[in-house]
Amino acid sequence: MMDTKPRLVVIGNGMAGMRTIEELLKMSPDDFDITVFGSEPRPNYNRILLSPVLSGEMRFEETILNDLNWYEENRIALHVGRTVSKIDRFRCHVETEEGLRAPYDRLLIATGSNPIMLPIPGMDLPGVVAYRSMDDVEKMLAAAESGKRAVVIGGGLLGLEAANGLSMRGMKVSVVHLCDWPMERQLDSVGGGLLKDALERRGLRFYLSRQTEAILGEERVTGVRFKDGEEIEADLLVMAAGIRPSIALAKSAGIHCERGIVVSDTMQTYDPKIYSVGECVQHRGQTYGLVAPLFEQARVAANHIARYGRMRYEGSAVSTKLKVTGIDLFSAGNFNAGEEDEELLLQDASRGVYKKLVLRDNKLRGAVMYGDTVDGPWYFQLMRDGTDLSELREHLLFGQVHLGDAGRGGASNVANMADSAEICGCNGVCKGAIVDAIIGKKLFTLEEVRAHTKASASCGSCTGLVEALLANTLGGDYSARPSKKPICSCTEHAHQDVQQAISRLGIKNMPDLMRALDWKTADGCHVCRPALNYYLMTAWPGIYQDDSRSRFINERVHANIQKDGTYSVIPRIWGGVTSPKELRTIAEIAEKYRVSTVHITGGQRIGLYGISKENLPGMWGELVQGGFVSGHAYGKALRTVKTCVGSEWCRFGTQDSTGLGIRVEKMTWGSWTPHKFKIAVSGCPRNCAEATIKDFGVVCVDSGYEIHVGGNGGIKVRVTDFLCKVESEEAVLEHCGAFMQLYREEANYMERTAPWIERVGLAYVRQHVVESEKERAELYERFLESQRHSQDDPWKARAEGKDAHEYAALATLGEVK
Amino acid sequence: MNWIQVGLLSDIPRQGSRVIKTSGGEIALFRSVDDEVFALDDRCPHKGGPLSQGIVHGHRVTCPLHSWVIALESGEAVAPDAGCAHRHEVRQAHGLLFLNFDGELEN
Repeated sequence: MMDTKPRLVVIGNGMAGMRTIEELLKMSPDDFDITVFGSEPRPNYNRILLSPVLSGEMRFEETILNDLNWYEENRIALHVGRTVSKIDRFRCHVETEEGLRAPYDRLLIATGSNPIMLPIPGMDLPGVVAYRSMDDVEKMLAAAESGKRAVVIGGGLLGLEAANGLSMRGMKVSVVHLCDWPMERQLDSVGGGLLKDALERRGLRFYLSRQTEAILGEERVTGVRFKDGEEIEADLLVMAAGIRPSIALAKSAGIHCERGIVVSDTMQTYDPKIYSVGECVQHRGQTYGLVAPLFEQARVAANHIARYGRMRYEGSAVSTKLKVTGIDLFSAGNFNAGEEDEELLLQDASRGVYKKLVLRDNKLRGAVMYGDTVDGPWYFQLMRDGTDLSELREHLLFGQVHLGDAGRGGASNVANMADSAEICGCNGVCKGAIVDAIIGKKLFTLEEVRAHTKASASCGSCTGLVEALLANTLGGDYSARPSKKPICSCTEHAHQDVQQAISRLGIKNMPDLMRALDWKTADGCHVCRPALNYYLMTAWPGIYQDDSRSRFINERVHANIQKDGTYSVIPRIWGGVTSPKELRTIAEIAEKYRVSTVHITGGQRIGLYGISKENLPGMWGELVQGGFVSGHAYGKALRTVKTCVGSEWCRFGTQDSTGLGIRVEKMTWGSWTPHKFKIAVSGCPRNCAEATIKDFGVVCVDSGYEIHVGGNGGIKVRVTDFLCKVESEEAVLEHCGAFMQLYREEANYMERTAPWIERVGLAYVRQHVVESEKERAELYERFLESQRHSQDDPWKARAEGKDAHEYAALATLGEVK
Repeated sequence: MNWIQVGLLSDIPRQGSRVIKTSGGEIALFRSVDDEVFALDDRCPHKGGPLSQGIVHGHRVTCPLHSWVIALESGEAVAPDAGCAHRHEVRQAHGLLFLNFDGELEN
């Protein structure tokens, strides 16, 4: 019958399977009859947190992700403690060991992985456990109560976490490892050696380059013997030699498997009705044992199961962090340098810091860090963005010194911070509150932390610290950001996808764009609409009709909203040069409209504050009559061109910086940019106009003009990069227009020049703006063309009646004071 | 019940809003993309921001001050934020808008 819903059966009640169901319920609730089988007799819990449970830093209840009520509320039939033993692909049903049968229209295999149990004599003795599930943890805890000595076989991530947990429970723990140093898959020999030393100081004992020959004992385990004959005693033996995708069930059903269940970019197995996600999967030859890839896979699988059919999983870059409190290590990518690679090394033995970066063709391929891992997420991002590092190399090893250090005196080791330390200065959120939310509310991503705690949701300067807290709390399973981040929850598309689609498909309005890209909401949201409006406007100057409903209030009414709902008015003062007559005009208008605060701004202008909305058009009208235009102090647009008095007055001035600043401002005013854009021109290297913290800065010298880009004096102070030196004012104008246009066309909406340049690399900007004369000329021409359509004064238009409804009340009821 | 005609549907831009001044404060009227009209006190439950100045999307508005998202039907903040903007009844008939102007706002 067609009125029944399609049936979705999920094998595996773990993190991958349930994350897929959560994504599916978000996308199309009530569209499926869902049945879930889990072989563990428990609700879905966060496997990542087994280590803190083992060490006693957390209780099992705190790790539950979806309790039984959740299944009930979403009408999911849950069978726990039931192992599916057969998939009948011909009749489309699955069968459990007990003979319970469930028919499916779509099947999701999320069987995860199994611990590798080495074929050693004595493996079946009581007291030998794996480290994979809550059951294993319970067995270990029971053993820890009675026994004294534990041996962990396997010195990888899992083995060390188990060893550390047992040691914190009071056991004497030895780690047996086949290789010369622990975590050889994540660390090189130096990093591994440092880790070993640190763990030994905490009481662990290492037996390296040892192979276990037999597990000793009659009734239960009493010890192990190595190949070389040495024996050590043990009351508990933990097998942590690694994991293997759990594929037996899929294999027996004739589904193509290699090391894992082979899936396509849509997370489908060779049987198109059957999907698979998580650790059991092999995608493009890779298997994954961490949580971050699993989340990306879950989103893709859900998208296809829900028949949206849009997304592709293209593999994940993964990074690792050990969840042992007080030990900082980070590893990502390929850190064993090959012949074509270069290594950058930093070693400070007394601080216990070691960093190794592996580069190829000036791009980061891998990183190992020990002792100081605060830059881990940054390196990881550089790696995934493929940023050209030729300009950064010199400083690369010292890290992104600006990372989240605003107002914190550079304190960056989140692990050592007190719970009461304030992380987010804008919203007053402390470390303790963030960590509690991550654990208590089961948060995995930066966006989730922002939504629940507001930390880093305002200015974003503490983003690095919040990410470090996530990494620290979740351990190896937190990966900074998905490699391709959707603009917002209305879409799966990233900023670049949208920019490309606009030019490729020639789309010229927002409804068509949303339709072509399968927007999930009718008319977007406050995040994507302004971005789309900006991209369309940049792509089609003079053709696209600006959508005022997709503008933030400030840009919609051309004034800056203040905390009490009044507005500020800041007229443009070209190059910061004014006159008594202009000042008199401003003074008279300020008096007439009873302006409560008159403030000299940082951009060399005069700000008038406390204006009510209905007074704006009138005030603008008078300013326009006095010869002023809008200062765009409210917009993601060219703000000001700050200057010093230069050679006209200053005894040190080398060029006419004031005159040049005014020329630059006359050329650039009125342009919309991805984020606000500030310019300055200084008349000599004393740099009184602070040109080297602007988006575009000119420092005049005797022989010409030095051009600097990508500076920022705000949240993260960033000094500009030197772009090039030119000889004439005309050349300054051309480089300025070309640089702005490249930024306008290619940066993400809401991305300042500083992070944009850090993302694409200065070499890229140089190549387009400096090295290729032809490209520079083309960019400049496109900038000027765009300016032909955007240099009308928005204040004048509104003073003359445009958008009058914005400034007037619809009705007045009763008597209003 | 005190239904008062306050204007025309066409007075409010689609995906936009207009303000009605009353002695007890301002009321924001929102018009969604599908031409439904909603009325809320023009004060965000967070820090009192003027909701009328926000971006309207779907049946929601985002406050211009700190980007709280408020559901227009109920006035409730969208989770995980919590709070509520007072809601007023509003009806459309033949392109005219009527507001149920409750006592608490009258002189």
